[in-house]
Amino acid sequence: MISKVEKRDRSMDKRTTISRPTEGAAGKTGSWRDQKPVLDQKKCKKCLRCWIFCPEGAIVRKEGDAVEIDYEYCKGCGVCMKECPFKAIIMVREGEVYENQEECAKEEP
Amino acid sequence: MAIKDLPKDEYLLKGNAACPGCPASQALRVVLKALGQNTTMVVPACCTAVIQGIYPKSAFNVPLMNIAFEAAAACASGIKAGYKAQGNDDTNVLVWAGDGGSYDIGFQALSGAAERGTDMIFICYNNQMYSNTGVQRSGATPYGASTTTTWTGKLEHNKDLSEIMIAHHIPYVASACVSYPEDLYAKVQKAKSIRGFKFIEILAPCPPGWRFPMESMVEQGRLAVESGMWALYEVENDKMTFTGPSKGILEGLRQRKPVVEYMKAQGRFSHLFKPGNEGKMKIIEQHLDVVWDRYRKQSSCLK
Repeated sequence: MISKVEKRDRSMDKRTTISRPTEGAAGKTGSWRDQKPVLDQKKCKKCLRCWIFCPEGAIVRKEGDAVEIDYEYCKGCGVCMKECPFKAIIMVREGEVYENQEECAKEEP
Repeated sequence: MAIKDLPKDEYLLKGNAACPGCPASQALRVVLKALGQNTTMVVPACCTAVIQGIYPKSAFNVPLMNIAFEAAAACASGIKAGYKAQGNDDTNVLVWAGDGGSYDIGFQALSGAAERGTDMIFICYNNQMYSNTGVQRSGATPYGASTTTTWTGKLEHNKDLSEIMIAHHIPYVASACVSYPEDLYAKVQKAKSIRGFKFIEILAPCPPGWRFPMESMVEQGRLAVESGMWALYEVENDKMTFTGPSKGILEGLRQRKPVVEYMKAQGRFSHLFKPGNEGKMKIIEQHLDVVWDRYRKQSSCLK
């Protein structure tokens, strides 16, 4: 009985309306963005407020609590910029020139 | 509980169809972190039914069932009964409904499930209007707020669903806000550990519906709590405790921020700042005093 449950019969999948968990269920939502957040790693104190408040989950928490912005899905709402207590995140228009660009550019797409 | 202690797992996947700066998706991330993989969700008609994305993709990494507006709690009762029949009594059944699906349309199913004491968690994310269908007034819309069906501001005060649920004498009722994720996480974890019907209400400041810039979503939630327009509390077995800034406000250790500070950033209250509407502002302030007086009386009774 249990083995049957584990080996799920997928032959019906195409005939039923069951959706499967997928990243990007609404497409690459990064294209919705008007302004993009840029993180200055030097100012970042790893408090993780941007990570928990990002509505999209587009701020990735890495080993050692460092954070990285996933530009593929970031919708550019700016909550991270507003909530960062150390002002380590700024919002810039695509293609705009800003301070510390060279250092931050490593992480940009 | 610090932010660092929250788990890394994400059950709401990136690239979902939520608006930028959506409070519901942020709250969902925190709630599902607390509940974990062993969870089944029931979602009635609300914004979350859109956030899921389009068939054949789903933005949720947990099983989820969509159901009609009025049937969410009834459907969850059925799912719980089904799991029990299979001998599975530890899967969390979570209803995630908006204020329309709990204050108004979904209320009879919610009240019925609470009365039966079905073992589930019912979460109402309250953005104080029907935002999915284009910002109509709901039973949760506060006095004076402009919506597409109350152009000149609503003339009635909102009802208080959490207090109605306290009157159901269920084991756990809590009120939370998206701006306090640690508090929300702790409350969901507590609800998870309790058997029976649990109800949590989360304030969700909706940028397009309340008409404020999307980056101030978290700030608006914080202002709502600090100004006393929203209270953080929990009622466990008829014992009421306030948490976060609301605790200080209740005990008189902390002054409520002027309600004007909360309202001025929101387009839905902008007409109250025009000449001739000073009376309406006064009504809101007087109502807040009444609400906090009631909280004080309640918390001294429910000790």
